Amino acid sequence: MDNKAYLDMSLLRFTTAGSVDDGKSTLIGRLLYDSKSIFEDQLDAITETSKRKGDEQVDLALLTDGLRAEREQGITIDVAYRYFATPKRKFIIADTPGHIQYTRNMVTGASTANLAIILVDARNGVLEQTLRHTYIAHLLNIPHIVFCVNKMDLVDFSEERYNEIKTELEGIATKLKVKDAHFIPISARDGDNVVDKSTRCNWYNGTTLLNLLENIEIKDDRNMVDARFPVQYVVRPQQDRFHDYRGFAGRIASGIFKPGDKVMALPSERISTVKAIDFHTDELDEALPSQSVTLRLEDEIDISRGDMIVHADNKPTISNNFNINVCWFNERPLVVGKKYILRHTTNELQCMVKGVNFKTNINTYAQDKENLEINMNDIANIEIMSAKPIFFDSYRKSRNTGSIILIEEGTNETVAAGMIE
Amino acid sequence: MTKTINRNHLRELESEAIFIMRELASQFERPVLLFSGGKDSIVLVHLAMKAFYPAKIPFPLMHIDTGHNFDETIAFRDKMAKEMGAELIVKYVQDSIDQGKVIEETGADASRNKLQITTLLDGIADVKADAAIGGGRRDEEKARAKERFFSHRDAFGQWDPKNQRPELWNLFNGRKNMGEHFRVFPISNWTEMDVWQYILMEDIEMPSLYYTHKRKVFNRDGAWLAAAPFMQLKDGEEIVELDVRCRTIGDVSCTGLSLSTADNLEDIVKEVAAARETERGGRSDDKRSEAAMEDRKKEGYF
Repeated sequence: MDNKAYLDMSLLRFTTAGSVDDGKSTLIGRLLYDSKSIFEDQLDAITETSKRKGDEQVDLALLTDGLRAEREQGITIDVAYRYFATPKRKFIIADTPGHIQYTRNMVTGASTANLAIILVDARNGVLEQTLRHTYIAHLLNIPHIVFCVNKMDLVDFSEERYNEIKTELEGIATKLKVKDAHFIPISARDGDNVVDKSTRCNWYNGTTLLNLLENIEIKDDRNMVDARFPVQYVVRPQQDRFHDYRGFAGRIASGIFKPGDKVMALPSERISTVKAIDFHTDELDEALPSQSVTLRLEDEIDISRGDMIVHADNKPTISNNFNINVCWFNERPLVVGKKYILRHTTNELQCMVKGVNFKTNINTYAQDKENLEINMNDIANIEIMSAKPIFFDSYRKSRNTGSIILIEEGTNETVAAGMIE
Repeated sequence: MTKTINRNHLRELESEAIFIMRELASQFERPVLLFSGGKDSIVLVHLAMKAFYPAKIPFPLMHIDTGHNFDETIAFRDKMAKEMGAELIVKYVQDSIDQGKVIEETGADASRNKLQITTLLDGIADVKADAAIGGGRRDEEKARAKERFFSHRDAFGQWDPKNQRPELWNLFNGRKNMGEHFRVFPISNWTEMDVWQYILMEDIEMPSLYYTHKRKVFNRDGAWLAAAPFMQLKDGEEIVELDVRCRTIGDVSCTGLSLSTADNLEDIVKEVAAARETERGGRSDDKRSEAAMEDRKKEGYF
């Protein structure tokens, strides 16, 4: 790598969906192996373990099935994060297990992903689980979905078979209004169209998977319109040199902030102007989504953690009553009328679940309004009443200001993830 | 002068880590930053300084001292704490041994690595810390790959890897009961390469141990270890002087040194890019069993 090239690398987070049978581990193993992200001592260790277990092929899943219980049972318990890089990009893979607690883990992995890879076995075509994976990717509003039709070698790289599956997938993508869907015929085992272009399906003119991951445009996915700055921490140095310094530290949730912008503090609705945007010893001429910065304002107004600074002419919704789509994470079912702790941006407050509007069957996408008991891994639409108004956008508009988690008092467990409608 | 910052992958990771720093400073009352003098904890301190600037970092540094240190590490630690005006708390494994709380291992392979757990947990209790910030990274080791940013510890300091709280978006749940604490890992998503590229980009001062230097070493099971008064040689092992550097710094007894001529950050980055072994490949503390790290972490290790 050229010495300074790393300064132009970007970061892509993606999630992978599919069961072991779909060849997911093989695919990830191939991406890691072909990008030289597996080290010799790691490979030696898993080769030896695979041999001891009597496996014919090296089981690449052993690389990240890090816990004793996982290795003993041959399952993945938790989301595993893996990392690799090419000269163009650094990649973070949220690899989610394909068995029990699947929904919970995939929702977790998908929450920060720019892209989802959904694997479909070319022999089996679209199955119930394909519908489930696509629904979750859609629910979490992942901007890009790549459908990899895998095991093409087992259907003789048949163009007809591929087109048949692709047409069906396009139908699902259209139904769910997926913004950007891609389709690639691959063989993860042999490497066709993963890193190198396959010579066995000349009818396919598209890109390889790695090429797509390296080049897909993700900058435009950010919401650059609605300027939102949840205040995380107030910086007040107790030093003479910075006697009057009062900065509001946080991470830009969406939109662009510049010095001179007319802003409003919520909930006070007081108006001021951005005096400066500090980043360590530098003053910036703008701050973009996901940047951690410190804002200083022209006027001395009361702002603390949990408040939000927004453009004065573009307010979020301010309400204490709203509907959310939740994924339930806990063994104890949701209790209507119970108080939970709600966490939204940097805000934490009490809320109550007023009622369940409907439950969604993620295999058929049907809404169930009869059976409203919400158990672990269920997806439902519920009504929330919070102790005070919160400032939010719909999740479709902004992931950062439209997402919440619910925490159970007493156990302190995170029992649900929610997306505001 | 105002400027625009190039949003490369390192800036993304930096913003994420700074966010975590500010989040933990808000959610916890008495955090401490676990400082070992290694590259990851030096990067942590750098990120903490950026997160709260121009204020000083709002928590003390804590070092768990095994007594088997490289002299350079201790000198660097003291100088750094003094320059930034941070409070430095040092807890000694020797004290835990003297109090009879732990028993020193014997033999040539003896290490104080595992004994640190007791000193660490006592240290956390002594200063009533409710969060300990660590430089652990998920790419380092397979048990660490399962860590959360905000990782819950029960009243005995234990980690329950099978029952962790899911972490979504930017929402971190640091709620706990009395006596429990959290470990917080702001650079979870960084790889060894990211750490070195960041050090190079930011031009962060590093201890001399990371650059090539002449040192008296001996070879054990394929790894080069530093000669020191408390290191017992086995039959057939002999001390030689070689050009070496540390790829990772732990205590002397378990830190493998690599043969290298890298004397600047650019060369280190190149060496890391070409490396075919993981950085902890030279760490004998991880080699004790397949689940060595998981077992230590469950008991309260870093």
